[in-house]
Amino acid sequence: MLQKLKNGIVDSQIFKSIFRHGYPDNDLDRAYAIFSNVFLHIHPVKVRRSALRMRYTFCLGGITLLLFIILSVTGIWLMFYYTPYTGLAYRNIKDLQFVIFGGNLMRDLHRFAAHGMVLFVWLHMTRVFLTGAYKAPREFNWIVGVVLLVNTLVLSWTGYLLPWDQLAYWAVTVGAKMASYTPFLGQNGPWGPQLGFLPTNDIMFMLLGGTVVGQNALIRFYVLHCVVLPLVVTVFLAVHFWRIRKDGFSGPL
Amino acid sequence: MDEKVTREIFPRDSRKSYGLVELMKKSAPIVRKEPEDTVNVWPNLLMIEMICAILVTVGLMVLIQFEHAPLRSLADPSTTPNPMRAPWYFLGLQELLVYFDPWYAGVVLPGMIIFGLMLFPYLDVNPKGVGYYTYSERKFAVFNYSFGFAIWWITIIIGTYLRGLDWQWYWPWSNHLEHMNPALVTLIPLHLIFVNWFHVSEGVGKIFTDIIFIGYFALGTLIPMVVWKPMYKAMGLWRYLTFMFFFLSMMGVGLKIILRLLFNIKYVLVTPWINI
Repeated sequence: MLQKLKNGIVDSQIFKSIFRHGYPDNDLDRAYAIFSNVFLHIHPVKVRRSALRMRYTFCLGGITLLLFIILSVTGIWLMFYYTPYTGLAYRNIKDLQFVIFGGNLMRDLHRFAAHGMVLFVWLHMTRVFLTGAYKAPREFNWIVGVVLLVNTLVLSWTGYLLPWDQLAYWAVTVGAKMASYTPFLGQNGPWGPQLGFLPTNDIMFMLLGGTVVGQNALIRFYVLHCVVLPLVVTVFLAVHFWRIRKDGFSGPL
Repeated sequence: MDEKVTREIFPRDSRKSYGLVELMKKSAPIVRKEPEDTVNVWPNLLMIEMICAILVTVGLMVLIQFEHAPLRSLADPSTTPNPMRAPWYFLGLQELLVYFDPWYAGVVLPGMIIFGLMLFPYLDVNPKGVGYYTYSERKFAVFNYSFGFAIWWITIIIGTYLRGLDWQWYWPWSNHLEHMNPALVTLIPLHLIFVNWFHVSEGVGKIFTDIIFIGYFALGTLIPMVVWKPMYKAMGLWRYLTFMFFFLSMMGVGLKIILRLLFNIKYVLVTPWINI
């Protein structure tokens, strides 16, 4: 009966229109399942048996991607309840904590997936380093990886401001203050004042949209955190994955 | 291996946009590798990825039962928390503020770390050790990576557990509610030590430190050039100079931390514009 039901589904016009191949129980359909699927065709159709061993990659890059996906989903969910306005932001988070169903779950998932992503990006980089996988012809993909690392850190830092609590406010104040020490471009940096940079026109001002962390900084960090940086990461991820396939795998993969 | 699997029928030619690239034995789609022992990605690899994804998700779900995202009181520009800690992954940089001025610890050094990481594949000319874990075949590269990240992690640990009020050094058994007396430690720039030792003027003391600073980079670059000739030859002049600049800068961070913690040296180099 089950077999009949399965056949009924697999042979239906709807199934065929979606997947364009039969049930993957033979080599041909298994191949189709991979390369006719936009999400799965990131994989080759076949890999060497040794690539199934976990002890080479430990799935670290994949886990990083998974955490990024979790962050995107929970982040978009949180956006429904969040207003990037200094008078409301903190209360929105309190609502998430005490009022909204699943608010704590989503916020905690978002927070710890973010910690996890920083950690796993680093672990993945260490794995790639220790196996020499960045060497020719894969040098450029390592650069793309470093860009992704930096983006991950900046994403995490911009997200830090959004709850608008003491932790957020002062961590970002200290970080932004650092920007004012940028040589040539900051009011406090070497050769900054000599080049005419003041608290009202230097790089820290540009970052915060003001001389202190306030409403303008919040909206800037919000847009960076929720739109700009995730888009940048997505584009670089696409390049990163595409290059893995084009440059060829290292080692037993 | 290559010659066994592939045979170039028509060489690449920029006048042709098409050509038979490779002939493969058997049915493996992997180019330039033996068609040995391959398995279908569906279901073999996908299953592993699925299990891995489930484990990570479950781990995350379990973790958030015990730890929750922090939320302090409402942001208040008039009350500065003490100590003020950056997120953990930036604590290393915050800790480096103890040893360097902000323009270096907060801007130039992070920039150099990022840039140096990007350059790694271009500076590492050792062809060995691709595709497997090895220490013995690339000791120096592994040493560099480990040294850099040892500083990174050690400073994060110091920043998390050993810093208290006013970012002073607190042992776990110290009283974390009591302010330390900052007057107990007097920090001095290196050139004043020479002024005291040799009874020279401050200007002469500064010349000493200038010589030490430049000498560190000059000798640090020249000595390995002579002693490890094979390394220099393999890298070539520009690659070698670039590498040495980053290498000596990284070692310099370690040296400065030691000088500051053990000998209370505030600056090694003092100029009218920047101090290091």
